Amino acid sequence: MARSRGSSPGAGAPPGLVTLGGARPRTNASNLNVFPLWRYIVVLVVVLLGCLYAAPNLYPPDYAVQISGRGESPAVPEHVVELAERAAVSAGLEPTRVGIENRQAVLRFRDNETQIRAQEIIRQHFVAEGIGDDYIIALNLASTTPAWLEGIGGARMNYGLDLSGGVHFLLEVDMETAVRDRLNGFEEEVRTVFRNERLRYLRPIDTRLEPPEIRIRFRDEADRDSGRLALADRVREFDLTSDSIDGDPALIMRLRADVVSEIEDYAISQNLISLRNRVNELGVSEPLVQRMGRSRIVIDLPGIQDSSRAKDIIGRVANLEFRLVASADHPRSEVETFPYQGRDVDLQRSVIATGDRVGNATSSMDPETSMPQVNITLDGRGGESMHAATRHNIGRQMAILFRETLTRSSYEEVDGEMVLRQIPYEEQRLISVATIQAALGNRFRITGLSHNEARDLALLLRAGALAAPMYIVEERTVGASLGEQNIRAGFTSVAIGFALVMTFMMVYYKLFGLAANIALAVNLVLLIAVMSLLGATLTLPGIAGIVLTVGMAVDANVLIFSRIREELQYRSPQAAISAGFDRAFVAILDANITTLIVAVILYAIGSGPVRGFAVTLSIGICTSLFAALMVTRALVNLMYGGRNIRQLAI
Amino acid sequence: MSESDLDVDRRNVEKRQTFWEFELAIDFMRWRKVAAWTSGVAVVASILLLVFKGLSFGLDFTGGTLVEVQFPDAVDPQDIRVELQDLGYENLVVQNFGTPRDILIRVPPDVVGDTATVGDDLLQQLRSVYGGDVTLRRSEFVGPTVGEELREQGGLAMLAALVLVMIYILFRFSGKFAIGAVVALAHDVIIVMGAFVLFQWSFDLPSLAAVLAVIGYSLNDTIVISDRIREEFRRLRRETPLEVLNIALNKTFGRTLVTSLTTILVLAVLFIFGGQTVEGFSEALIVGVLVGTYSSIYVAANTLVALGISREDLLVPVKEGADQEGIEP
Repeated sequence: MARSRGSSPGAGAPPGLVTLGGARPRTNASNLNVFPLWRYIVVLVVVLLGCLYAAPNLYPPDYAVQISGRGESPAVPEHVVELAERAAVSAGLEPTRVGIENRQAVLRFRDNETQIRAQEIIRQHFVAEGIGDDYIIALNLASTTPAWLEGIGGARMNYGLDLSGGVHFLLEVDMETAVRDRLNGFEEEVRTVFRNERLRYLRPIDTRLEPPEIRIRFRDEADRDSGRLALADRVREFDLTSDSIDGDPALIMRLRADVVSEIEDYAISQNLISLRNRVNELGVSEPLVQRMGRSRIVIDLPGIQDSSRAKDIIGRVANLEFRLVASADHPRSEVETFPYQGRDVDLQRSVIATGDRVGNATSSMDPETSMPQVNITLDGRGGESMHAATRHNIGRQMAILFRETLTRSSYEEVDGEMVLRQIPYEEQRLISVATIQAALGNRFRITGLSHNEARDLALLLRAGALAAPMYIVEERTVGASLGEQNIRAGFTSVAIGFALVMTFMMVYYKLFGLAANIALAVNLVLLIAVMSLLGATLTLPGIAGIVLTVGMAVDANVLIFSRIREELQYRSPQAAISAGFDRAFVAILDANITTLIVAVILYAIGSGPVRGFAVTLSIGICTSLFAALMVTRALVNLMYGGRNIRQLAI
Repeated sequence: MSESDLDVDRRNVEKRQTFWEFELAIDFMRWRKVAAWTSGVAVVASILLLVFKGLSFGLDFTGGTLVEVQFPDAVDPQDIRVELQDLGYENLVVQNFGTPRDILIRVPPDVVGDTATVGDDLLQQLRSVYGGDVTLRRSEFVGPTVGEELREQGGLAMLAALVLVMIYILFRFSGKFAIGAVVALAHDVIIVMGAFVLFQWSFDLPSLAAVLAVIGYSLNDTIVISDRIREEFRRLRRETPLEVLNIALNKTFGRTLVTSLTTILVLAVLFIFGGQTVEGFSEALIVGVLVGTYSSIYVAANTLVALGISREDLLVPVKEGADQEGIEP
């Protein structure tokens, strides 16, 4: 027994070994290394699809100036497009193509320099015509991908800020303040409830942030119980516990965790809305304004070089005013007139409440009538003044005024040069006029709106409400020249690295090296295709990831080929090829899965550039697995499969 | 298993000293004590460097401001430093970056009150002194809290990577291999970080990405070799564990060299042509690939020897358990 086991390892080996190499029945060489037809077809289809979706990257984008309307509709009328074109032509900057794409005017120019000069000229002409503030004139890279390719979802890879140049901000929203403000609002509400119900409690109410609680002490337990009863169905945002503090019976109201995260979400979304509005003013064609993590907002402004102006605009505040519509006999000196839906509305000058009293504004459906409505929550003091102002004015109208500081562009001549000036001005517009149906408190709603109107109104109310403060925690500016240099450096590295590896493989593995090289090229094409399809952003570290993938992707093939060389000592060429691929498979799979784990962790913790690296690395691992196991195999099978061969060129 | 396969394997055992590819029969394990000492010294030295000298964290981790500007002509960083000092900027680091026309200015996080605007101010000052032709190449500001968080997250990421990889290997191989792989990974990470201290490279986000990529690369190598060690242990019956390790290492050596070579080739290209931004990244990875290649040969295998690896560790216990003793000739 012992002897037989010792001399015939195959029999004593665990099942695992059998599947590595020996399981394949020993058949004659003619049908070894032959794929069924469908596998060749799969490889061919994937490679063709890869070429198709990588193709858009071959069409370099045009430098363009993009003009879009600033108002409700981005549409640009024909005469404005003509004006822009005339302006460019008059300065000798002939656009290569002018057209309307996605309702925006796009004027394409020869190069970067012409594009920048044309933007300036067009802006000057627009200002001279008095329409300078009606349109956003942005620099853009216009796609030249053929329509049929775009039709099937083909698109170029986006360049990250380190390649395109631009400004990146990371803003932190002050969540503590957001929660504290809401807690203070609730504290006011508790006082109001107690006052209205004539309940007694010991002052002061203790409101704290860590954890978010409102603690109320009472003289005796009976007072506490009736207080608890009164609050239980008024403020549902809290968990109530009866306790005692310093010997006094007390009620501890703990803000529920889901309400805290609701407040945080709200603070973020409120800031996101106003940021998006303001960023539009900067004239960036593809700004990114996105939430990141619990309390941060990331803003990427490609093409922008002037970070201080961007900061000014981002730092702006909007506000709201709730005012009564003046009655006919109101003294004219105390009336202001604003246009609203095509008519003039007179407002009283006195303000009932401002945006900083608004705690929440959402649009929803009235559950009874299923009509759209906007729900507004004011804080305690806001609720009181609203009550005082509306109680005796039922049947009159109340209006909401939205105020925001914007900039107007104009040109001044300084030392013979035209210099662009941004002059701040305040824009005021009425966003709602509604009839007061009853005495309002701190929670009320506006009805009689269409679905879209309700949504827009809620958005504007939130934008004008006092947002939780934000501050900049990270800022990066990449100059346009550095961006271009990075692109060149990146592509040079990929090209040279690729060429060197290919040469080496050719020399070292001969015909098999050729197969590996074709697989490597397929790998690169697939990588680019997947990245383009996913809309992934290409950054310089991302390019480093591609270069590294090129270096490591050959590993799988090297593993297979050195195994084939080894097997050639004791097997026929056909059997050696088959065993080489089979036995290397497990090692390749294990090695790639573990590397993928690392890439996923990189993605999870990283931001910006590191994420770019992780994305390319992960996609690269998947495509190189396919390339090594399917493409190389298919090529080797095509070269050698089913033939009677004596020698391998390996 | 057919009869012809058995013949093949018998021949294989006899012929194992001559290898087609390199005619290799290096007695790797003979040097294992030397390797163990070398690794030990390198790891201890790296840890001492890390503890007593510390990583010089870059802007991403410390917070602060960085401005890179290009002048129309070559400038002396010293002049600029004096110039800015007169304007009230203390503790600035001003240095050439790439070319004599490019200047990099670093402002420590707590130098000037509200730091978010320091970059803009610096640029304005430089333009007013040197004229409008000073172009901004890049400017970065990172708040101190962000940097601190990143340091925590970075450490956490490395730990998470090590633990997850260990679990995977535990599941795919066995406990001893998992320990071997993780010892090799920790070895690589510590030495690469030590190199950062030794060469005074600044450790920023791309560097962290490089260290994690080193983990990925070294792991790739270790797994390929472990896989072969497992296979040889299951196949060879008479050899001592040291001999089996030698055979496995020899058989994978050609592949180890080729892969390291192609990877270092592309990294060198990246280092030369990739520009300043990825220079630190490629430097760290080149060191990492070299160390990783060495560690997958010596550290992982050495750990296996130290843990007393034997073929029983790799057999399927349920089926083979009863016959274990019969295997010994």
